[in-house]
Amino acid sequence: MSVDAGTFTKSEMMIVAAARELAGQHVCFVGVGLPNIAVNLAKRTVAPDLELVYEAGVFGARPARLPLSIGDPTIVTGATAVTSMFELFAFYLQGGLVDVGFLGAAQIDRFGNINTTVIGEYGAPATRLPGSGGACEIAINAREVFVIMRQSKRSFVERIDFRTSPGNPGGDVAGATRAEQGWLGRGPSVVVTDLGIYRFDDSGEMGLESLHPGATVEEVRSTMGWEPRIADPLGMTVAPTAVELRLIRAELDPGGAYTK
Amino acid sequence: MRDAVADLVRDGDTVAIEGFTHLISFAAGHEIIRQRKRDLTLARLTPDVIYDQMVAGGVARKLVFSWLGNPGVGGLNAIRRRIEAAPVAASGEPALEVEEYSHFGMVGRYVAGASNLPFFPLRSYFETDMPKANPLIRPIESPYGDGIVYAVPPLRPDVTIVHAQRADENGNTQVWGLLGCQKEAAFAAERVIVVVEELVDESVVRADPNRTIIPGLIVDAVVVEPFGAHPSYVQGAYDRDNRFYLDWDPISRDEDATQAWLREWVHDLAGRAAYVEKLGEKRVATLRPGRAPSGVVDYGDYR
Repeated sequence: MSVDAGTFTKSEMMIVAAARELAGQHVCFVGVGLPNIAVNLAKRTVAPDLELVYEAGVFGARPARLPLSIGDPTIVTGATAVTSMFELFAFYLQGGLVDVGFLGAAQIDRFGNINTTVIGEYGAPATRLPGSGGACEIAINAREVFVIMRQSKRSFVERIDFRTSPGNPGGDVAGATRAEQGWLGRGPSVVVTDLGIYRFDDSGEMGLESLHPGATVEEVRSTMGWEPRIADPLGMTVAPTAVELRLIRAELDPGGAYTK
Repeated sequence: MRDAVADLVRDGDTVAIEGFTHLISFAAGHEIIRQRKRDLTLARLTPDVIYDQMVAGGVARKLVFSWLGNPGVGGLNAIRRRIEAAPVAASGEPALEVEEYSHFGMVGRYVAGASNLPFFPLRSYFETDMPKANPLIRPIESPYGDGIVYAVPPLRPDVTIVHAQRADENGNTQVWGLLGCQKEAAFAAERVIVVVEELVDESVVRADPNRTIIPGLIVDAVVVEPFGAHPSYVQGAYDRDNRFYLDWDPISRDEDATQAWLREWVHDLAGRAAYVEKLGEKRVATLRPGRAPSGVVDYGDYR
């Protein structure tokens, strides 16, 4: 397949930028949705030795196709280990063996608190979302958390409607930090969107560190519910390479389910 | 299947059809709909399309879960119509009760249920709204003075139903591929129904005891129902029928289309054999995977 590296979609840029974040990482817990394709791209590019952990109960997956869901049979065939879900959550995750938890989100706030439960009131929601799945315990126990999501006024909000998974600084309880409360994870460290890359400072708040090619600061500001901190100088994300685009288009997502 | 569901699933029961994406007993779910069971509490980590169909079929009063979705596709629309404010108000029907945990919380509930313990402790839920949404999730102080963890209560289903590759006639059940929490859910239950692709001789089980996840000791009924997990999958036997999961989305968005589907594919069919026949050989054939046999291990003969 010939690939025109000059043209790419915002979603492709987001997936590529998220995959690159996994360079140098060892054990990654793969969340539902966009993380699935980003992590599988990383495994084929910047992180061939990455150990993929799926909450369905697989350590060291070697998926031969992009898993249709996080419970696809392709994550089993050729894997290092199939575990019960109990072992996966208790020994691998809560036991501290997961370096990165890679999550998606419906809503996020500036501190990386994530909502995947409801839009509106919990008891009578306007929109019922899937809920936690494993995200709540991943956000607490993975050594760090990466987030991939599209940003908009509805998703990047001043106040999330429901806190499904805790972000930074984890200080609600009498000012106690994550570490003081005995949590293994230091929380979200990076959020990759269709417009840019955000990292968290010592106060636990995210700031825009890199802008994707084609995106503008104005566009960033108009698609979030708070005034973001913007790095100076602001970085520019390197555009997807022909190799990355070919892998996404020909191998991982030929149907365009994630990238349209 | 008809007898197993008639005898072992009772109105008002808590029913757990477990299996994480893999080995979901759609055949049992459909039989429960067909027999018009009522007021069930449906427990399952991931309600999936099967609970969407069962809720649409009118069998459920309450849902106990940790992730509510059509995996890889989107939402569960029939269930959402019974939870979201606008459709619930429009229908005038009572909303579906929900009791919600995280995956580890649900797994831990089965572990506590299976182990006869009063709760399961876990490091989750800190600084979230989960304990507010579900007051059964409670913080507890470690008796050894090293901080707070959260507790979830035991889950002891009246009936757990699992699908498996094979069992012998005594119910000794073997599974490979994703194991989910079927073992925990089965040991936690009062009654257990095992549905299998293949009934095998006891000697097949005894030749490979490491693969047994559920002993016949706790099994009340074994049902042989090839292709009984479709449209979910069975490792080594058939793939997930992704087209079905995609097709379910538009069908389930419309209440009339949903009910028409249930009539055509559940109520108007006698059982799974008729369902497989209606599905057609061609469609079934597209779901067969290539081969990837395991190596053979030697257990040794000790006399």
